[in-house]
Amino acid sequence: MSLHAVRHWKRGAAALLALAASLLLWALWRGDWTPAATDTAPGGAQAVERGARLAVAGNCAACHTARGGLPYAGGRGIATPFGTVYAGNLTPDDDTGIGRWTNADFWRALHHGRSRDGHRLIPAFPYPSFTQVTREDADALHAYLRSLPPVRQANRAHALRWPYGSPVALAVWRALYFRPGPEDITNTVDPNRGPEWNRGAYLVRGLGHCQACHGRRDLLGGLGDAAALEGGRLPQQGWYAPSLADPAEAGVMQWPADEVLRLLRTGTSTQGVAQGPMAEVVVRSTQHLPEADLRAIVAYLRSLPAPPPPPPAASKPQAASEAEQGPIRDRSAMARGERLYADHCRACHGDQGQGAPGIYPALAGSRMVTMDDPTNLLRVITQGGFAPATADNPRPYGMPPFDLPDADLAALTTWMRASWGHDAAPVSAAQVITTR
Amino acid sequence: MNRQARAVATCAGLLAAGLFRLALAAGPVQAPVQVPDTLAQRLAPCTACHGVEGRSVGGAYVPRIAGKPAGYLFEQLLNFRDGRRHNATMAGLLDLLPDAYLREIAQHFSTLDFPHDRPAVPGAPPALLARGEALARRGDPARELPACAECHGAQLTGALPAMPGLLGLPRDYLLAQLGAWRTGARHAVAPDCMSEVARRLSPDDLLAVAAWLSAQAVPQPMRPAPPPDRPAPLRCGSAGHPR
Repeated sequence: MSLHAVRHWKRGAAALLALAASLLLWALWRGDWTPAATDTAPGGAQAVERGARLAVAGNCAACHTARGGLPYAGGRGIATPFGTVYAGNLTPDDDTGIGRWTNADFWRALHHGRSRDGHRLIPAFPYPSFTQVTREDADALHAYLRSLPPVRQANRAHALRWPYGSPVALAVWRALYFRPGPEDITNTVDPNRGPEWNRGAYLVRGLGHCQACHGRRDLLGGLGDAAALEGGRLPQQGWYAPSLADPAEAGVMQWPADEVLRLLRTGTSTQGVAQGPMAEVVVRSTQHLPEADLRAIVAYLRSLPAPPPPPPAASKPQAASEAEQGPIRDRSAMARGERLYADHCRACHGDQGQGAPGIYPALAGSRMVTMDDPTNLLRVITQGGFAPATADNPRPYGMPPFDLPDADLAALTTWMRASWGHDAAPVSAAQVITTR
Repeated sequence: MNRQARAVATCAGLLAAGLFRLALAAGPVQAPVQVPDTLAQRLAPCTACHGVEGRSVGGAYVPRIAGKPAGYLFEQLLNFRDGRRHNATMAGLLDLLPDAYLREIAQHFSTLDFPHDRPAVPGAPPALLARGEALARRGDPARELPACAECHGAQLTGALPAMPGLLGLPRDYLLAQLGAWRTGARHAVAPDCMSEVARRLSPDDLLAVAAWLSAQAVPQPMRPAPPPDRPAPLRCGSAGHPR
């Protein structure tokens, strides 16, 4: 090939590349195009009051309030696998808050994930859920936030690793994972279900943004189907949000409706106690919800389809032998686990893991104990904690933190997962280390 | 017995045997654990480190909390919960507890009274102890440094309503607190008087004061002094501030 031909070929390739890149950019822009919204008339005192209730249902203050900071003034860091995202100031300060935002601006943030100046918001702000919120509710929320005392507190810049916070990365993420919800909510109503179920679906999928934790995320933090709640790891928080679609995890399809309601209202139930991030949700949000909304959420959660049973073990020879003999457990670890239980746990949780109802949760039959993922069990043991302090349980009992060595934690949890009729896989010291 | 009656008796027997078998299969029903309805029982997470009597059992770093003024303890619970003092365990435990419960917890530990042991003290050179005593009892007017005793009670056992005692605390804990005040890692409600005092102390002063305070015998019983009748040498946001 002559020098001239090579040069020619190179020029052609460059032109093709440029064309492909512009096509990609155009496709991204098309997929990411956000229509303008128009302002609606302000709703007055009634909208403010309704917005206040909606803000509690959405638990906005939890992220938008720093530890010890002023409510809704932002500044709390949300740790993600991509870096830390700092929640913004939602008070109506003109320069640092949303004082200059119209309700159309606010709607665009909730529905399209765009800030007032048009830049793409980081999806740690759960707009993939909030896009299901109606314009009317968004306007009421806006009216409520406008009624708060303005706090002058500049937003803190996000600390995301390159390239995650860049406009291009966000455009790609949105093209892959984000579709704005319908402008008119009546399009999402399931005519085969009653109004209670539909209200529950609206709260769980939309403002409640349950999926932000209970949805399973892929490597880029993308979520699947808006209705799927099949369990998500929260590695930065050190918790696992169990699946709401699996009766072996946090699915409530087999619970009595009143017990689900009790858990969301008081933080405790005969079936378990809300822990970790869920305790915060109960304390700051669900305990304050009106009974009708709670019942709607319960009806929706109880209706979630359980996942199909796993394929028969016979297809996997290894699993088959395990199914015959049960998981292999180290005998000395089991003996050590039993001793540790007697020393540290038995006094409160009982000889048979029966616990004391409403005070110390039963461990026998507890899904936190037997769930495949032992993260929460290990976390509760090492961190301790109080049951959620709610209006019904304002002086909760608590559990001390037990700072045991890795091998002891493995032995103790392995023993609990094999006792009282349990048959859950053993926990290794390596697993303990990775969940710390 | 006629045939009918015999059939009924047989049926009843079978039914009883069946029920008995069912009961066996279900296993013995365990009675729930009996839990006393006391604050001490509710506060097991606190006493695991700070001791059942509020006496520290958690090692050189964990302070005793028994008998400290309720106002001080409440203030510290708020500080940990709201991020002005930093300790992951304390923050995790207190995160979601309401003010009313924290006030009750503070009250509970403030009323506990028991003989204090003097914490084990590593030996300190007499010159260092003398300097520590001078600072604690008399301060250093040349540097506008108030004595510890001016605010923390003449006996250094604290003062009502919210001034903590300084005796019976491990040296490492005292050093860590003074250091944290100086570097800004520990805060109180503004104006933050103790931060100001710690900044006026040199690192050697910190060592001297911590060494001397931790070497003192604890008066029995150890009670905070009544509220001071003269104004504090510095303005303090936390001392008895109304809530």
